[in-house]
Amino acid sequence: MLNWIWAGMILISFICAVCTGRMEQLSSAVLSGAGSAVELCITTLGLMCFWTGLMHAAERGGLTQLLAKALSPLLHRLFPKLQHNSPALGAICMNLTANFLGLGNAATPLGLAAMQELKKESDVPAGTADNAMVLFVVLNTSSLQLIPTFMAALRGKYGAVQPFDILPAVWITSLCALLAAVTAAKLMERHFCE
Amino acid sequence: MNKVGIFAVPAFAAAIVLFCLIRKVPVFDSFTEGARQGMKASFTILPTLVGLIVGVTMLQASGALDLMADALAPLMHAIGLPSAVAPLVLMKPVSGSGSTAVLTQILQQNGADSFVGRVAAVLSGSTETTFYCIAVYYGSIKVHKTRHTLPAALVGDMAACLIAPLAVRFVFKQY
Repeated sequence: MLNWIWAGMILISFICAVCTGRMEQLSSAVLSGAGSAVELCITTLGLMCFWTGLMHAAERGGLTQLLAKALSPLLHRLFPKLQHNSPALGAICMNLTANFLGLGNAATPLGLAAMQELKKESDVPAGTADNAMVLFVVLNTSSLQLIPTFMAALRGKYGAVQPFDILPAVWITSLCALLAAVTAAKLMERHFCE
Repeated sequence: MNKVGIFAVPAFAAAIVLFCLIRKVPVFDSFTEGARQGMKASFTILPTLVGLIVGVTMLQASGALDLMADALAPLMHAIGLPSAVAPLVLMKPVSGSGSTAVLTQILQQNGADSFVGRVAAVLSGSTETTFYCIAVYYGSIKVHKTRHTLPAALVGDMAACLIAPLAVRFVFKQY
């Protein structure tokens, strides 16, 4: 997918620059773009290191497990078909907590493990998603992140006075999107046969 | 209300340090270990970022990005979004690094504290790479019939587009 998008970006830029006569700007964009990618990587490096370091320490202390346990009653309501002690529910809790804490590298393997468990417990034909799978994937596509560090680091680089002042607006938007997606998933369940 | 965000980060850091002390985790050793992983991760995405940021910068310089924003302007205005964030709305569901590149471009052009810059930051912080996520998760267990997954996920993304400008107005009293 990204192969096509990237190729499209370069080709469209070239054709567009030929038509609009902006070849000089395009030529210098190659240079400045490549440089600013490296610059971006270096300026955000400090905050990214600090944050992953902090979260690593929190994980060592078992923060993910602790929050996952707190989340489990709520998730039990969202996934009524899963048993209380089912490994699927445990993996789902861990995945959502990791997402919430912004532990992207940990969240994906946990999510894939959750999908495997859901498949084992599924009673629909193989190759089809059951309601629990759909809800879990939807929860992931609209997952909450408490502190989107990289985005804040970007804002800092481009002159935000207080890069983190954006957080309440992000929380409001993120929560609304999550509620909308979960409601939609629950309402649509009946109209898409298994 | 935007003070909450400024408070959140130091408070969260302090809470984690305290939590680690209570749990008897060697806090600084764990920190440096994790920071080293973070450093590696940052450098790992550098090639991807170089490719995509050059791509987006070229689109901007050639005028293609402006053309696209103009073409989508009526649609964007209908849902209350500034037209400059159109490329972000299109890129975010597909690629995380790609949307970082687009966000970089928007912040550079408009400033991070402008209305457009803030709405773009909120959108990128509150939505996920929907298509990518669906492909990876279902691909791993070979499910092809995804039923209502995509429509429901897109309802979430749409809701984020509708709410983001309102949230920025509400929190910053900015138009």
